[in-house]
Amino acid sequence: MSLYLSIAIIALIYVVIFQIAKASEYVSILKGEENSRKQNNKINGFLMIAFLVLGFIGVYVCNDLLFSKTLLAHEAASIQGEKLDQMLWITLAITGIVFIATQILLFWFAYKYQENENRKVFFFAHSTKLELIWTAIPAITLTILVIFGLRNWFFFTGDAPKNAMVVEVTGKQFGWIFRYPGKDAVFGKKYYKNIDPATNSVGILWDDKFAQDDILTEQTMYVVKGQPVKLIIGSRDVIHDVGLSAFRLKMDAVPGIPTTMWFTPKFTTKEMREITGNPNYTYEISCDQMCGNGHYSMKGVIEVVEQEEYDLWMAKQKPQYFVAYPEKDPSAAPATTVAKDSTSKATTAKM
Amino acid sequence: MSHEAVLHGHEGHDDHAHHEHHETFLSKYVFSMDHKMIAKQFLITGMVWAVLGGLMSVLFRLQLGYPEASFPFLESILGKWAKGGQITPEAYYALVTTHGTVLVFFVLTAGLSGTFANFLIPLQIGARDMASPFMNMLSYWFFFAASIVMLSSMFVETGPFSGGWTAYPPLSALGDASPGSKSGMDLWIIAMALFVVSSLLGGLNYIATILNMRTKGMSMTRLPLTIWALFFTAVLGVLSFPVLLSGFILLIFDRNFGTSFYLSDIFVNGVGALSNEGGSAILYQHLFWFLGHPEVYIILLPAMGMVSEIMSVNSRKPIFGYMAMLGSLFAIAVLAFLVWAHHMFVTGLNPFLGSVFVLLTLLIAVPSAIKVFNWLTTLWRGNIRFTPGMLFAIGFVSLFISGGLTGIWLGNAALDIHLHDTYFVIAHFHIVMGVASMFGMFAGVYHWFPKMYGRYMNNSLAYIHFWVTMAGAYMIFWPMHYEGLAGMPRRYFDYSIWESFKQFADLNRFISTVAMIVFATQLLFLMNFFYSIFKGRKVTTQNPWQANTLEWTTPIRPGHGNWPGEIPEVHRWPYDYGKDGVDFIPQDVPVGENETSH
Repeated sequence: MSLYLSIAIIALIYVVIFQIAKASEYVSILKGEENSRKQNNKINGFLMIAFLVLGFIGVYVCNDLLFSKTLLAHEAASIQGEKLDQMLWITLAITGIVFIATQILLFWFAYKYQENENRKVFFFAHSTKLELIWTAIPAITLTILVIFGLRNWFFFTGDAPKNAMVVEVTGKQFGWIFRYPGKDAVFGKKYYKNIDPATNSVGILWDDKFAQDDILTEQTMYVVKGQPVKLIIGSRDVIHDVGLSAFRLKMDAVPGIPTTMWFTPKFTTKEMREITGNPNYTYEISCDQMCGNGHYSMKGVIEVVEQEEYDLWMAKQKPQYFVAYPEKDPSAAPATTVAKDSTSKATTAKM
Repeated sequence: MSHEAVLHGHEGHDDHAHHEHHETFLSKYVFSMDHKMIAKQFLITGMVWAVLGGLMSVLFRLQLGYPEASFPFLESILGKWAKGGQITPEAYYALVTTHGTVLVFFVLTAGLSGTFANFLIPLQIGARDMASPFMNMLSYWFFFAASIVMLSSMFVETGPFSGGWTAYPPLSALGDASPGSKSGMDLWIIAMALFVVSSLLGGLNYIATILNMRTKGMSMTRLPLTIWALFFTAVLGVLSFPVLLSGFILLIFDRNFGTSFYLSDIFVNGVGALSNEGGSAILYQHLFWFLGHPEVYIILLPAMGMVSEIMSVNSRKPIFGYMAMLGSLFAIAVLAFLVWAHHMFVTGLNPFLGSVFVLLTLLIAVPSAIKVFNWLTTLWRGNIRFTPGMLFAIGFVSLFISGGLTGIWLGNAALDIHLHDTYFVIAHFHIVMGVASMFGMFAGVYHWFPKMYGRYMNNSLAYIHFWVTMAGAYMIFWPMHYEGLAGMPRRYFDYSIWESFKQFADLNRFISTVAMIVFATQLLFLMNFFYSIFKGRKVTTQNPWQANTLEWTTPIRPGHGNWPGEIPEVHRWPYDYGKDGVDFIPQDVPVGENETSH
């Protein structure tokens, strides 16, 4: 019922506006075309300058309300982020000046040069000098931005430092899988046809000598504060994207084509809670590439911790090989006869 | 019958308009070969799509603004797609995808170019019709067929395609990965293929007409800037749409015939490992964006051209720097083909290749800046008449500045690596190509409506329409920059589980509310448009805006063939406003003896 009522009210509003507009047209016909044009010019000329003033007030209010919610409100959580923020500020300053100047000119001219019988139009068809000036200035400014930008770009996409820890990230509909290389610091080979969602979610080839100490975790990744992290990124099904807004980086996860990205976290999760004043703060990994109907829920978490805490966490992790084949686990209860069987199983699991 | 009449018209220019060929309803309004009628067909079909596409955005904004609320009326309209009055994620993604596809291709490509290229090219260059009126008619009917197929995709059981308007594989290739990628996607591709055919038939025709059918004296540098803009638009379309089509054909092969152009190493939940190996999902993105980026300019250039023309007419002043305007159009058209990979900075692109695309992308800011400064100088010391068309032209420039400047942020890979696929991008492209081009289209409709229908639109409604839309557009999209700077990703159904993004719930509600108001205001425009066709104030003078271009030398309601007598001869460029103290000198007026040359 209320639906019909609101439809009726809206329809009524349309009819009223429409009738007023029609009436105003009759009035303007009575006044004569010339007069009504003058009046329209006056009203719209005034609205132009009003829009400019109210617009800038609006920009100010918007900034006042929202700036503290952006990432620029506090320090970036990675050294990449620091550089990127600096770059953002430079770009904001340059484009901000241009924005303010050109919008003022646009609306000011519109207001000032509204039709006036006494004004003689200035026949001004071109000026090579002016045109050269406003070709050169943007060109020079942009060169500066390109140089700044490319220096950062090559730093961001360049090689990770030698001491970087390496984590493999795999996206799937709709979650994240992390693989640590284990004690040998080398990842075992993998092949997608070997994937078993329950025990081998990335398709590790168990008979590879580097494979058996690989550690798999889901949804949460642990990294160490101050130590560079290199991510090797892939996907199991469709394209995903590892979005790390707190670190100001992202990289696509493409099936069949591994990509990489590295960053150095500056603050632990705990420190970040203090900096942001949010006791629930977590470093979130958002999927930033449309990947299906669960795209919006594809959330991962990065825990940035001190080295000791990391070591404690790492010590508790069980290599995936022993998760897949519990009977092979030396720390588990000995069951020699079963273990023999599973050896053959492990080798055949390859194909 | 009417086909013959048209052919005849080209052979004998002069007697064509006089002979009374019998026109049936079908040949006049449906299978018409008159460029003016085809333009109106494009315009009205585009408007239908704009309403549908806009309505879709209202529906998904409803979800974003009020994620917890339940709207029982939605269930009665959408059925299983809005169980319990809440839009499902499936429906949400279908709405977002279709909104994008429809607005980019059906409204701002076909609706904009289709309307104004058809309407203005023959009228402004002084031709009786297009080079091939028959191809022109086909162009519309292929578009119509594309529309029907796209519409039908919304009624298949698994729903329309829902993987984003860019349709990246593997998501778009695998029905098992997303229900929207089942038969809905097949129909989506067929619709797009038909659309490409339509746009090629149109584009070739526009180019041929502009190059070959100008009236006597209309040299290329005497063409109005609208025509130049439409010319470059057509060239861009003809060169880039085939590449898109080839990309789609490979996608069809991957979907239906077991090839692996885009597929490799895939394990789908609940299905298992696929046999495809060796393909590259990135290849599709290269093919897609090779159209996708020129497409941005296919949308923007016609608006730029019309804004230049309307601004000059209503400032009573020549457009400043005609040659620079032309040169910058050309530069933008060339650069449009060399920047596509800036959509792919975070795909793992070779960093050196990325750096080349950064340079070329930021280079576009130079011709864009020239255009803006030239428009500003055109206003300077003019005598401005605020017709509705002029208001939208000024609005266009404001939006083009705002959205263009954020392009400098996103085109720089070092910033894009953070801002890519966030709301910052949504804000950027909606302002600079979505709303700005829409403003160009509105400007064009208001300005040329008297020529199209021999009547005026209602001014008061037009002013309300402009000011609400202008303020609303900024209120919707300006705050989105802040969401983007907080890293908020696009294409999320719900943000409530995200610690970093749920803080924007209030803002999202605000944006959604404004979006609904702005949408409601567009209905006012529609009412005005259709009412004025039949009941608007009649145009009584041949040249109501006191403009110089040739379309205003035709009768108030031009028939098929445009000029009843001879086609006028052109003696000057189209921007002699305020020259030697004379308010305006139309193009067909011979140059006087003592006249200074500009």
